[in-house]
Amino acid sequence: MKILVPVKRAVDYNVKVRVKPDNSGVDLNNVKMAINPFCEIAIEEAIRLKEKGVATEVVVVSIGDKACQEQIRTGLALGADRGIHIETNTGVVVDSLQVAKLLQKVVEAEKPDLVILGKQAIDSDNNQTGQMLAALTGMPQGTFASEVVVADGSVNVTREIDGGLQTVKLQLPAVVTTDLRLNEPRYASLPNIMKAKRKPIDVKPVADFGVDMTSKVTVIKVEAPAQRVGGVKVADVAELVQKLKNEAKVIA
Amino acid sequence: MSVLVYAEHDNVSLKIETNKLVHAALGVSSDIIVLVAGSGCVAIAEAAAKISGVSKVILADNAVYEHQLPENIADLVVEVAADYSHVFAAATTTGKNFMPRVAALLDVAQISDIIKVESEDTFVRPIYAGSAIATVQSADTKKIVTVRAASFDAAANEGSASVELLDTVKTSEKSSYISAELTVSARPELTAADVIISGGRGMQNGENFVLLNGIADKLGAAIGASRAAVDAGFVPNDMQVGQTGKIVAPQLYIAVGISGAIQHLAGMKDSKVIVAINKDEEAPIFSVADYGLVGDLFDVLPQLEAAL
Ligand SMILES: Cc1cc2nc3c(=O)[nH]c(=O)nc-3n(C[C@H](O)[C@H](O)[C@H](O)COP(=O)(O)OP(=O)(O)OC[C@H]3O[C@@H](n4cnc5c(N)ncnc54)[C@H](O)[C@@H]3O)c2cc1C
Ligand SMILES: Cc1cc2nc3c(=O)[nH]c(=O)nc-3n(C[C@H](O)[C@H](O)[C@H](O)COP(=O)(O)OP(=O)(O)OC[C@H]3O[C@@H](n4cnc5c(N)ncnc54)[C@H](O)[C@@H]3O)c2cc1C
Repeated sequence: MKILVPVKRAVDYNVKVRVKPDNSGVDLNNVKMAINPFCEIAIEEAIRLKEKGVATEVVVVSIGDKACQEQIRTGLALGADRGIHIETNTGVVVDSLQVAKLLQKVVEAEKPDLVILGKQAIDSDNNQTGQMLAALTGMPQGTFASEVVVADGSVNVTREIDGGLQTVKLQLPAVVTTDLRLNEPRYASLPNIMKAKRKPIDVKPVADFGVDMTSKVTVIKVEAPAQRVGGVKVADVAELVQKLKNEAKVIA
Repeated sequence: MSVLVYAEHDNVSLKIETNKLVHAALGVSSDIIVLVAGSGCVAIAEAAAKISGVSKVILADNAVYEHQLPENIADLVVEVAADYSHVFAAATTTGKNFMPRVAALLDVAQISDIIKVESEDTFVRPIYAGSAIATVQSADTKKIVTVRAASFDAAANEGSASVELLDTVKTSEKSSYISAELTVSARPELTAADVIISGGRGMQNGENFVLLNGIADKLGAAIGASRAAVDAGFVPNDMQVGQTGKIVAPQLYIAVGISGAIQHLAGMKDSKVIVAINKDEEAPIFSVADYGLVGDLFDVLPQLEAAL
């Protein structure tokens, strides 16, 4: 069984981004970039399925400029077998539907049994790509997964939903998107990082895919959020209750 | 211009998110149609018909829609959407699940998690865990939009729209429902509560969450948690507040033993009043709290319960 894992290069989750003074976007110069945390969980799940003997090959794919090969290498160092890089020009913003359409072409060529994506990228917070890919390819989907069990041509996915947990059974091939509790990703070991340097990455220009790359979404402006100012420290519980009652008037 | 609003419910009751969606949709058009898809949902359709501003309710009542399987729901919504310029659904785990499918099947982009409607094609949405607020414009023929309900007021229940039955049945043999483990609680839901008290890693274990119960009872509050508390297994996943959990904006949010990581703040910083209880006076949560109490939660919580 082959697993495809799409990974996104995103701002490291520890970074507090700043909006550019001209309100055209956020300032990403000299900001630490990393693999989107949910994609890391996706790779980990794929590797575990390979270690269990369920999967035979794990392929990572990323769409972006040259720099995203770093994240593909991270995937390879964690244990993926090979990479595909769909190269865009630097500065080009690709929207989720375009990402999904490009991934659809990869799915058609690679014919994976399972595609595992992150549930959301922590930069755009869109939470769309996996679902769009599933719809475009006609695959069933199991989003926000906290458990993935593959058996006889199908996969049972336990999903984190607002009311608790839900388990669905999907016929393979299927799309799964990861939630936080699916697993705890490992760290790449130094020997594996060295080994990853020799694993193949197939680089393809985005133009080869025949996907219309003009987005219908225009960013008009990006602003800093209204700043919340910290209030006061209260001395004790009595003062807290008094303030909540008489000043804030949020309790009776 | 007309908006199809997808009703949020659990086959038992209509959720307040639906009223908030209607309110958001009124920013686009005054022609609002609500689609209720589920099983045994006549009463829910009737409740939706009472929301002020709704001109019609369409009810697709069939067992195939009971568990909101996205394959079925998306196909249904795509068909119904043919008559409307916009589709709005809540950015809940239901809306997030099927709406991108609808968008992809219609070959349009989705605008996710909006907090404001500027005009019929322009919307405001947070990105980077709320560190930036983007205003985006869609040139697509149909606008597929998920809405952050916490950012909108609820439309009133003073309407009397008609309910139309739709017997379209969409199913897929590729996906089936197996089971659910739903949290049963007598408390209000996190996304509907006026008061929330949340515990973090500082709670130390799941048993200690009982310290929050008495306070929650007295305040009619829902109980939430940080990711660290959920990851450590103190409490279930549906209690997580934050960038990648639930987004809430109650009148009062009390954070107990929570440091205030940006991912947590992203889920609660629009609360009207924030209280932080933390033993570390340098904890970042104090920078957003209206009232901060530096102290050991194991001392403070019993005192607070007694004082209420
Ligand atoms: C200010 C601003 C506002 C924007 N607003 C919108 C908008 O409203 N609608 C919109 O569609 N786009 C918007 N975009 C574009 C958006 O930021 C993303 O670039 C794009 O949507 C890519 O998908 P995602 O990261 O949102 O996917 P998500 O659906 O959040 O990511 C889920 C998963 O998809 C996979 N994935 C995502 N991107 C890639 C990739 N490049 N390569 C490989 N795998 C990937 C990963 O597995 C990831 O974990 C906006 C961009 C900016 C700068
Ligand atoms: C991709 C990603 C997504 C994430 N999504 C979310 C999300 O949605 N929601 C979320 O919450 N987090 C999220 N996080 C995690 C986030 O970064 C933090 O790790 C998390 O919020 C920390 O939880 P905490 O504040 O409970 O724990 P800690 O940061 O460990 O803080 C515990 C606090 O308790 C205090 N404390 C300890 N003992 C006591 C005591 N006896 N009395 C009083 N105070 C005490 C300490 O002083 C400390 O401030 C995400 C992270 C990533 C990478």
